[in-house]
Amino acid sequence: MSIDLSQFIPSFLEESFEGLELMESSLLNLEQGDDETINSIFRAAHSIKGGAGTFGFDNVTEFTHLVETLLDEMRDGRREIVQGDVEILLESVDCMRLLIESIQNDTDCDDEKIAITSSLLTQTLDGSVSTPVLDDATDNYSSTVKQNNTSITWVIEFIPEHHLVQTGNDPLFLFNALAELGSVEIEANSAELPSLNDMDPEELYLRWKITLVADTTEDDIKEIFEWVEDECELTISQELAGQSSEPESVKSEPELSVTEQNISAQQTEPSPAVSEEIKPAPSEEAVPAKPNKPVSPVASKPVKSKTDVGSIRVGVDKVDNLINLMGELVITQSMLSELGNDFDLSKVERLNTGLEQLLQNTKELQESVMRIRMLPISFAFNRFPRLIHDLSKKTGKQIELVLKGEQTELDKTVMEQIGDPLVHLVRNAVDHGIEPTETRIANGKPEQGVITLDAYHQGGSIVIEINDDGGGINRNAVFEKAVEKGVVEANSSLTDSQVFDLIFEPGFSTAKELSDISGRGVGMDVVKKNIQALGGRIQVESVEGQGSSFKVNLPLTLAILDGQLVRVGTEIYIIPLITIVESLQTQKNLINRVSGDMVLYRLREDNVPVLPIYQLFNLASDTTQVEDSLLVVVEADGQKVGLMVDDLLAQQQVVIKSLNDNYQQVEGISGATILGDGSVAMILDIPGIINIAQNSSRSNQYASANPEEVLP
Amino acid sequence: MTKILVVDDSNSIRDMVSFTLKSSGYETVEAKDGQEGLNKAKASSFDLVISDVNMPIMDGITLCQELRKLPSFKFTPILMLTTESSGDMKQRGKAAGATGWLVKPFNPEKLIATIKRVV
Amino acid sequence: MDIQSLAAEIPVEGEYSLEGIDFITSGEQYLTFLLGSEQYAVNILCVEEIRSWENPTKIPNAPDDVKGVINMRGVIVPIIDLRLKFNIGNAVYSDITVVVVLKVELEGGTKTMGFIVDAVSDVLNAEEGEIKNSPAFGGSVPQHYIDGLVNVGNNVVTILNVEALQVIQPHSK
Repeated sequence: MSIDLSQFIPSFLEESFEGLELMESSLLNLEQGDDETINSIFRAAHSIKGGAGTFGFDNVTEFTHLVETLLDEMRDGRREIVQGDVEILLESVDCMRLLIESIQNDTDCDDEKIAITSSLLTQTLDGSVSTPVLDDATDNYSSTVKQNNTSITWVIEFIPEHHLVQTGNDPLFLFNALAELGSVEIEANSAELPSLNDMDPEELYLRWKITLVADTTEDDIKEIFEWVEDECELTISQELAGQSSEPESVKSEPELSVTEQNISAQQTEPSPAVSEEIKPAPSEEAVPAKPNKPVSPVASKPVKSKTDVGSIRVGVDKVDNLINLMGELVITQSMLSELGNDFDLSKVERLNTGLEQLLQNTKELQESVMRIRMLPISFAFNRFPRLIHDLSKKTGKQIELVLKGEQTELDKTVMEQIGDPLVHLVRNAVDHGIEPTETRIANGKPEQGVITLDAYHQGGSIVIEINDDGGGINRNAVFEKAVEKGVVEANSSLTDSQVFDLIFEPGFSTAKELSDISGRGVGMDVVKKNIQALGGRIQVESVEGQGSSFKVNLPLTLAILDGQLVRVGTEIYIIPLITIVESLQTQKNLINRVSGDMVLYRLREDNVPVLPIYQLFNLASDTTQVEDSLLVVVEADGQKVGLMVDDLLAQQQVVIKSLNDNYQQVEGISGATILGDGSVAMILDIPGIINIAQNSSRSNQYASANPEEVLP
Repeated sequence: MTKILVVDDSNSIRDMVSFTLKSSGYETVEAKDGQEGLNKAKASSFDLVISDVNMPIMDGITLCQELRKLPSFKFTPILMLTTESSGDMKQRGKAAGATGWLVKPFNPEKLIATIKRVV
Repeated sequence: MDIQSLAAEIPVEGEYSLEGIDFITSGEQYLTFLLGSEQYAVNILCVEEIRSWENPTKIPNAPDDVKGVINMRGVIVPIIDLRLKFNIGNAVYSDITVVVVLKVELEGGTKTMGFIVDAVSDVLNAEEGEIKNSPAFGGSVPQHYIDGLVNVGNNVVTILNVEALQVIQPHSK
């Protein structure tokens, strides 16, 4: 039988990562005497070790064994849980993650870090009551060194206790196993059998004497009786030609003889009675030299499956739901096709019902398919307890992390890409948000700062808030810095939120010097850019002295978009709903023309530039006058613009299709979709459109400022 | 057909055991912890139970004790999958009524050879 | 009798004539179509399908010959008017206007595009030797689009390079 173990490796890796996450988060919450937590940490380490052993990742097995031993001592109270050990264990979790990642990516990992942590673990363990025994993984594969190719006659006395069969053991199977080693002769002794009246049918009263002629070692025989060694009296002895090597144990008559005389000395030595103690075999040859690596059950370097497509583990309920919906769809389909067989106008009503049903089925099916890609945001949140733990150690600030809405679901791809921006925002909150303890005390705030991560659904998007109760953003400092950097004019008057938005400008950083924590060469502008690349947006609110709040708005999925359909002339465009601030009918008195031909529309305190789509895309349209037209005010990069359209149509979810596949990237268009009638509609790329508008106004300015130069 | 209940919280190990057994012509039912294993055991009958020791919710030792309380599992072989080769774990298993054990890591061949000793 | 002439009598694979099936030559087959009054052809293996004209969705600021995109079974396919691209004939659209959808394997995967022609005419078999180089002067069709010329009766058919056709010039700003 050959089973390809590599097929189980992806699932081993996946569950190992899950186990590591559990270990990490539990370690962070570990308190003295918390048996259940330490147990679950132990269990996770134990499972990883077991799996790694089975699939042949010896380095993981060896390392995890140390971790497990330390945890085991903590678990059964031999070792106090001290912070130092917890730190080592956290380090170890990192190492295990490195090791497992290196398996996943088929790369080498940072051996040095692992060696350091490994020796730390060993030192810690050495100072403890029991030293680790590394034989765990070995003994099962200790290949017993075979002696000569000589058959030996073994005489085995087997006297089971009466209740032996109640553990599910059956002597017959033991004898069968013996028979596989060589030829056996079995003699049953029924002397103990009580009278029928006294007999308990669930008990075993027989005893056996087995004579085995086989080229085998005592260990092999012992192994067969391993499971019953405590429920029986067992004597194994070797019989040689002419003489009985039998020691003082149970007498046995020599029945078969072997004439081989040159059996090695150890082999002829009398075997001790087995019934007292079973330690790994006493004979030297039978045990492999200790430093030997365990023989791995699969090839020493497991072959990584080449296709790394990534996988999602989906709950059975989600799949069942899909299958149910599929069933309903099939029913609807057969109903409709039956209707179509001989259709007449009397059946129009039924057709309508059927079509409605089809619509419903399709919608539900779509939602369910999308839900398969959805994971709770706890997958992105779970790294933060550790991060806060490390950062608070590094900065000396006391910080409590509060996580809310962890079950809020989010598309897997979005989740993967939002991780880094979130980490940056949290680092930022620790570094620039939460004040040093002394400052907090001086300001009458609790010593411990609080950072809250909250996730919730809002309309078709998910909102992630990162709140801190720190010092807030210093409006003046930000403004001055922005002036200094030339981002804004010194005399410009900006609202608070406009000033706060300046921190997302490229190259902007208010910290006096780059700190180790958030100043890693990545600025808030990158955070913003990454969030926008996901079709999301970020806003900041802050009250000085009370803290800041960053709000990240993300689409639930990248494959589907909530869109507003608009019409310009004969064309239909889709504006992502998430970018829309509001839609309005223009009022004449709020329209201003400035600096040449630019049209501004007064929206409360903002002056919003008007971009007529028909002009931008060179189309014929119904309305060409801004007066009394429809404006869809959208926002991207903190810039609002009013898109002038002819008509507002429905809002609907659209599936995003790429224009790149068969064509090329088009400026101002992020993709296309197929509408209900089968026609194609373009999806507007709002940041791109704003960009086009800005570029064209810049080149206009350039042209008017340099009239003698001819523009290309 | 010989029907085997496989209880392990690790998907990869459970899959591997189950796959190996199926490839050798056994029928398997899987459970991811002791409690689920016990529920499935109560709902059906098995020729053999293979269970991990360390599991959340209900561990293998408890599962073994509970199974032995069921009349239909009084004589059913129960094998524990264990990484601890120490006598302690074996003692605990035996005390709980386990038939025997299979020490991890094991390979498919070893697994099949071992279960042939009880079914 | 030399070995060459003997070899010529051995039928080449694919050259068998079977009842009811068109005679297949060792040469390539080409789909010929009309642009204005001129005949053009593309390798038939590239032809995905031939569809009737439908009004496509405009691509903003695209070159004139790019008429827009259509939905072909869930795939977004751009439509290019070859008459405009090559400046031949009148680009009028009616019910009998035809779109030849061509598919080509390129480095970045396959690309599918539709090309508007005036009419599809025939399938042409052409042996390699029959394809002549086109004269290096004249015409409104740039040289790099042309693989060669084939004489069919009194007419000349221009064989187009499909890969070259699929290259779209970037939109002008």
